[in-house]
Amino acid sequence: MQDILFYIFASLTLVFGFFVIANPFSRNPVTSAMFLVLTIISLAGLFVLLHAFFLAVVQVLVYAGAVIVLFLFVIMLLDLKAEEQRKLRTFAVIGGVISVGAILAIFLQSLASSPLHADELPLLEGGTAQLGKLLFTQYLLPFEIVSVLLLVAMVGVVLLSGKEAK
Amino acid sequence: MNETPLYDRPEIYFAAAAFLLAVGIFGLIRRRTLIGMLISGELIFSAATLNVMAFNRFRAPDPAVGQIFVLFIMGLAAAEVGIALSIIIAVYRNYRSVKTKELSELNG
Repeated sequence: MQDILFYIFASLTLVFGFFVIANPFSRNPVTSAMFLVLTIISLAGLFVLLHAFFLAVVQVLVYAGAVIVLFLFVIMLLDLKAEEQRKLRTFAVIGGVISVGAILAIFLQSLASSPLHADELPLLEGGTAQLGKLLFTQYLLPFEIVSVLLLVAMVGVVLLSGKEAK
Repeated sequence: MNETPLYDRPEIYFAAAAFLLAVGIFGLIRRRTLIGMLISGELIFSAATLNVMAFNRFRAPDPAVGQIFVLFIMGLAAAEVGIALSIIIAVYRNYRSVKTKELSELNG
């Protein structure tokens, strides 16, 4: 059961992730953003398989909910049309294929040679209780810093997109 | 080679994260509008998140730490998207375009 779910979510993540960038059917930025939603949701499925239940929910809420709405809002506001395709040059394609193949070879080699398999998996529950306790005791300072950062970002957004005072 | 099923092995998650990162970088190069480049940046953020989650599941001594860091990454990503989109709006107000070809004032 878990096996099948993993295959479904992983392949959906990869396929949708590719369609975000290079969609063969449409070059509309709205389609791109919608495929980003699907990528995020299937990534949340992978998080569930990694026993991070709370983060899966947060991923769907924050990304698929808030961030994508922001994206779509700006796309509508700017009235973006489908962007034209960049021309491919054969020299660039050949160079790209060579460098990507080299990096891929290094990557696969290091994956195969490193002892990555876990001996015994720690029993962990990504529940809210454990995360909340850690967040408010051991990681209180980073948590507060992140909230201050969000406040700074909010002020910055208001300043940047507000009416310009000459 | 061993009996652990595929979904319980970290390599496959790393490979998926690497693919997402590669797609994101490809999009940063290939997309021609600022919005498209920002969406590719979000893909790179997701790749980083998946990577941290996989390490947290299979390698971390304390299993909840990685999840807290992923939470911080999400906060950073939200802040980054907000700032970047407002910068894009400001750019559009000045240039009437968000195409990277036309934003060439700093071009030497």
